[in-house]
Amino acid sequence: MSALLLELRNLTISFGTVAAPLDVVRDVSLSLEDGKTLGLVGESGCGKSITMLAIMGLLPENVRVSGSIKLRGVELLGQSQRALTALRGKRMAMIFQDPMTSLNPVMTVGEQLGEAITIHNRGMKRQDRQERALALMRLVAIPFPDRRLLQYPHELSGGMRQRVMIAIAMANDPELLIADEPTTALDVTVQAQIMELLQRLQAERQMGLMLISHDLGVVGDIADEVAIMYAGRICERGTVDAVFDAPHHPYTHGLLASLPQIDHTVDKLVAIPGSLPSLSARPQACRFHPRCFYAQDICRREEPQLRPVESGAVAACHFAETAVAAHRAEAEA
Amino acid sequence: MAENLTLPSARRREWPSWLKLPVLVGIAIIAFWIVACISIDLWPIDDPIEMVAKRLTPPSADHWFGTDALGRDVLSRTLHGARFSLMMSCAVIVFAVLIGSFVGAIAGYMGGIVDGAAMRLVDITLSFPPILLAMAVTASLGPGLENAAIAMIIVWWPVYARLMRGQVLSVKSREHVEAATAAGASHTRTLVKHILPLSWSPILINATMDFGQVVLLTASLSFIGLGASPPTPEWGSMISEGAIHFYQWWICAGPGVAILSVVLGFNFLGDGLRDLLDPRSK
Repeated sequence: MSALLLELRNLTISFGTVAAPLDVVRDVSLSLEDGKTLGLVGESGCGKSITMLAIMGLLPENVRVSGSIKLRGVELLGQSQRALTALRGKRMAMIFQDPMTSLNPVMTVGEQLGEAITIHNRGMKRQDRQERALALMRLVAIPFPDRRLLQYPHELSGGMRQRVMIAIAMANDPELLIADEPTTALDVTVQAQIMELLQRLQAERQMGLMLISHDLGVVGDIADEVAIMYAGRICERGTVDAVFDAPHHPYTHGLLASLPQIDHTVDKLVAIPGSLPSLSARPQACRFHPRCFYAQDICRREEPQLRPVESGAVAACHFAETAVAAHRAEAEA
Repeated sequence: MAENLTLPSARRREWPSWLKLPVLVGIAIIAFWIVACISIDLWPIDDPIEMVAKRLTPPSADHWFGTDALGRDVLSRTLHGARFSLMMSCAVIVFAVLIGSFVGAIAGYMGGIVDGAAMRLVDITLSFPPILLAMAVTASLGPGLENAAIAMIIVWWPVYARLMRGQVLSVKSREHVEAATAAGASHTRTLVKHILPLSWSPILINATMDFGQVVLLTASLSFIGLGASPPTPEWGSMISEGAIHFYQWWICAGPGVAILSVVLGFNFLGDGLRDLLDPRSK
């Protein structure tokens, strides 16, 4: 039933010159099965959006990408732009962060939806296309779909526009849907509706959904697996239950601890000390060590590799066991 | 009840804010010249080529703008001249915009070597003073209105290439363009449907403003004998013929006022269009 849909292996993406390369993403390995949801979590600038652009083949040509990106076992890296264009929108689709700017302001919603359909169905009859557009509008639960098709993006609210973006992404029944912070630009109430819609569509179509977010709450709600990224590397990866209940990486622990909780009264919100290192000044060895509570000499000398830990997840920390113990102690207190 | 409230306001349409007095004057002037171009043969005026009166008669009831050195009616010649000037400008602007926009759009979209090569060509062309380059080209092709038109297209296309490139560059980086690519749109489709429709408004404004400039340059070329040849009633050559009759000022006054009004009219209209199309200029 569940077949391997997407597989990233040792994906490394570097900007800058050959002489002075800047690794934005390094050695990222992920996999996603049909009908599953993978959450990719991290701070702004940790490389999650770049990873996703690499999957879609949307990075500029001067960016060097190595490793492997396989969609259903077929290598995407090194494919021609023509081949990728045929895949984009057809087998893998994407939802962008800001629905305010992601729609063409001078085309009606219907025209844009129609375009998404025609690109991969040349010679489709006008009548069929319109019916399909209408069906898509119903699929994403937009009220008065026939009237909305004739409107321009500026006439719709943010939530409606994001629904239109989702409809466009769904136009050709993609196997893989990548959502890049789909709710960041929306109101909190609308966020919940959009997430619900994504979850419903994913269940109905058995798509693989890759959800990129910095919202742990959202990811915890709908993802099956989660990968936490820090400074271009994955620091912990596993099922949502494993990672959220027993975080083995101090960074994961920090993220979880910084979430305000409704059933706890606290005097002060907890924050991870320090800030994300800049691209050109990333620390040696373990990239998290300057901000880490448990850091010792070994963290400054040796880069920790991802290794299986007791929760069933994998974590890249020399002191994973100490970190999880501390987390448990804190949770009990 | 609600309908009663909305009806009167719906009837009293608000005056568009960009339609100010200068814009209206501009539209009126241009409308006058366009009508003159189309229907000049039906007007009750003298033939522009034939001698209809004594030479060099001052303005009178019979000949409002007087007659020139060959006894031809200046008013009639001025009105007929609109045909040459306006059609010439039209052709020059249309071709310059087409060529320039095409080159600029391709350069801006593709970037890299194509962009560099196209823009250096633009830089080179723009580094010559326009009238000097137009003169040089016309002189090498031989005098005549067609050759003057070709020269002016060569002078003008780089302006639009540069403008269009800038527009395409700025629209290209917008997110909806990336979204279109992610949906599987090809390069051609992305450029034609998602970039160009958002790029043309400054081109239109500039073209309107340049219209007057082209009229002026056409007249300049004819004035120095590189454009229209006698006895064609072209404004520049009329002024050139009149310039030797210094005390018969009316010979130059007719075409001079015509050129002035066209340039002014298009500038007024261009300003109005900018107010209408470019929200930042307010």
